[in-house]
Amino acid sequence: MIFSLCLLLILIGLYGVVVSRQTLKIVISLLIMNHGVHLLLLLIGYREAGNPPIVDPAISIAEFAASSVDPLPQALVLTAIVIGLGVLALMVAFCVRLYERYGTFDVTEIRRLRG
Amino acid sequence: MTEVLALLILLTVIAAIITVLTSNLLYAVISVGAVGFLLAIVYLFLAAPDVAIVQIGVEVVSLVILIRATLGREVQQLKTVHAVVGVSFAVAFVAVIGLFGIQVFNQFPEFGIPVMERFADAPALVYLQSGLATTGAPNLVTAVLLDFRAWDTLGEATVLFCAALGTAVVLRRNARIGRKKSEDK
Repeated sequence: MIFSLCLLLILIGLYGVVVSRQTLKIVISLLIMNHGVHLLLLLIGYREAGNPPIVDPAISIAEFAASSVDPLPQALVLTAIVIGLGVLALMVAFCVRLYERYGTFDVTEIRRLRG
Repeated sequence: MTEVLALLILLTVIAAIITVLTSNLLYAVISVGAVGFLLAIVYLFLAAPDVAIVQIGVEVVSLVILIRATLGREVQQLKTVHAVVGVSFAVAFVAVIGLFGIQVFNQFPEFGIPVMERFADAPALVYLQSGLATTGAPNLVTAVLLDFRAWDTLGEATVLFCAALGTAVVLRRNARIGRKKSEDK
């Protein structure tokens, strides 16, 4: 059920990408899809009532390994979030430049080809 | 526990729906901020404190970028799509993708069992068992990021550098002024 909510988040972003006319709105919808994928990866690695993957000196290592959540998806999602910020900045930069050229965010107005 | 998680993700989905359906750009930016900060709380419930901290920091910066791009520009009510045909076509497209997605998500294992449990020699299990002894870092997420998979982090830094370089090149001022001067001549 939780996975289906996650799928819903990705589909909402996809719908926004398909119907939006403003370039910045398309970027925001892509951001929502990005969030949905990150959430999906973290949900896959989750253990029911699990502990954070930080070693607790009070319990033995074997006990810790049996109670901790998966650290690998967390590390990769951490990487993906930061990359998402860089890509978002690049996309917004393109939107701002298009706005300066055409005076609008509307994709139906951005048609002329210029050398 | 799972119910709280489901409720928080449901709130996130509602904020995302508002983001997509609103026609004012500034409202969309604000509600996508709600999506990001709600997700940071969800990550805390998923026992991922590092990811939650990074999510909050990144969300603040991305909101600053988006609001800076929105402010002072035309954010008037622009109907997303005029034609009913267009919307129904988009809904059909998303529904087809959703049907395929449901097929895939039905193959998923039960929620609450981590993916490393299903493989006897999963690398994550090795990290959990020998991470402290081999790297000396109690926080295994940083141990994976900076030690076991440091090449991955180097690749991330490369991608981030390329994106920052691209942004700087697209937004630079000097070259444009120079070109205008040469056009005047």
